[in-house]
Amino acid sequence: MAEKTIEDKTREIIVEQLGVNPEQVTPNARFIEDLGADSLDTVELVMAFEEEFGVEVPDEEAEKLLTVGDVVRYVEEKQTS
Amino acid sequence: MTKMDPNTRRIVVTGMGVCTSLGAGLDEFWQNIISGKSGISRIEAFDTTDYPCRIAGEIKHFNPVEHFKNPKDARRTDRFTQFAMAASNSAIRDAGLDFERLDRDRIGVMIGSGIGGLLTIEDQHTVLMTKGPKRISPFMIPMLIINMASGMVSMAYNLRGPNIAHVSACTTSAHAIGEAFRNIKWGDSDIMVCGGSESPITKLSLSGFGNMQALSGRNDDPARASRPFDADRDGFVMAEGAGILILEELEHAKKRGARVYCEIAGYGLSADAHHMSAPDPQGRGAARSMRLALDAAGVRPEEVDYINAHGTSTPQGDICETMAIKAVFGDHAKKLMVSSTKSMTGHLLGAAGAVEMVICAKTLENDRVPPTINLNNPDPLCDLDYVPHTAREAEINVIVTNSFGFGGHNATLVAKKFN
Repeated sequence: MAEKTIEDKTREIIVEQLGVNPEQVTPNARFIEDLGADSLDTVELVMAFEEEFGVEVPDEEAEKLLTVGDVVRYVEEKQTS
Repeated sequence: MTKMDPNTRRIVVTGMGVCTSLGAGLDEFWQNIISGKSGISRIEAFDTTDYPCRIAGEIKHFNPVEHFKNPKDARRTDRFTQFAMAASNSAIRDAGLDFERLDRDRIGVMIGSGIGGLLTIEDQHTVLMTKGPKRISPFMIPMLIINMASGMVSMAYNLRGPNIAHVSACTTSAHAIGEAFRNIKWGDSDIMVCGGSESPITKLSLSGFGNMQALSGRNDDPARASRPFDADRDGFVMAEGAGILILEELEHAKKRGARVYCEIAGYGLSADAHHMSAPDPQGRGAARSMRLALDAAGVRPEEVDYINAHGTSTPQGDICETMAIKAVFGDHAKKLMVSSTKSMTGHLLGAAGAVEMVICAKTLENDRVPPTINLNNPDPLCDLDYVPHTAREAEINVIVTNSFGFGGHNATLVAKKFN
């Protein structure tokens, strides 16, 4: 079995925490408008991403993570830098 | 709006829901109560090896997702709120309420809890100790606060009337029902979703109650551990779950053709002002609570057919309540029937009063009195008719139900058959 990509893991976290279907979690899906997240959900999501990917996301950067794709790109950059 | 006269407004029960270890729904619960079945078993939620008490009224297969419209709400609520939601859904369905046709500004929620989200506190404290403050859930506070059960039920059904959560340990849900009764009577609302919820089967709770020496240690015989009024009783048995009632103003209920279980006729409350956990040695606070409720209902003591006792199976509590009943009812104390259904349900703490009011409503509806099980060797100081072992058929027109809590809180509700 192929190793899970950052995108796979990101999708799993979002599905689990927001109770949405995996098909809804597309790269362009917006957390608040498309996936029904509220302000507390977004805080919890960032914490889960930090935990899963071993990165630290400062508040001012967390505010810019609006879509699923934003998160995947952010984690990829952080992990290669 | 014209001012409403509290003296002319009558309040009835039009719906009920329970979530307990004694069956899935209201019907199964009532059948089990009438059959004298125990809901007590070994705790499976965690390893209890190191705990002196290892038994409880535990709900074994509870799936919270089934009880929320949005599945993510099941993740962001504590177990006590999940029980409250499950029982509220059942009660609302049972009452046949179609909120689209009703004024939601006049429908409120009063669901209390003795302790609230203790499980959440324990989980998050473990996170704090192992991972530090940055990993504490943003949902921790909304999950643990006691008022969130009332809040979530109001949100699920868009009920915009009075909303509050009463907290008074094991008297919590009797207070919630009594205060809901007054709220409707006073004219502030027409319908209240009210009761209590509790999820006390946690490591901290079991240790805390255990070290108070409040819990039964009869671990090898769970079904016989809760034995109110029996000489061999050795403490109460905790239980988890919720009880919810729909209280409704009579004319409002008639207008929509609602089925009426019974009328809530009176409510009395008092304090022992004596000790943190021990009852007044003569049961004076309990007696005053009963007298006030009877006065409020306009009922004479000799009209009462059945008392659902607080009867927790603690050595002192059962004696004090017996003394209080004798003080209030005099000669009639020996004639009326008294039972403690905690012998079967265990003690649901903040949910106990509501679950017991549900039992009383079913008693009035069916003319069947639930038993006190495990009463094999009655305590000589507990010498009333506790309906031992098996249910009894009898015409029941007026009932009294008592709830007493740590802190010295006492509340009594009086209900009547609705004619």
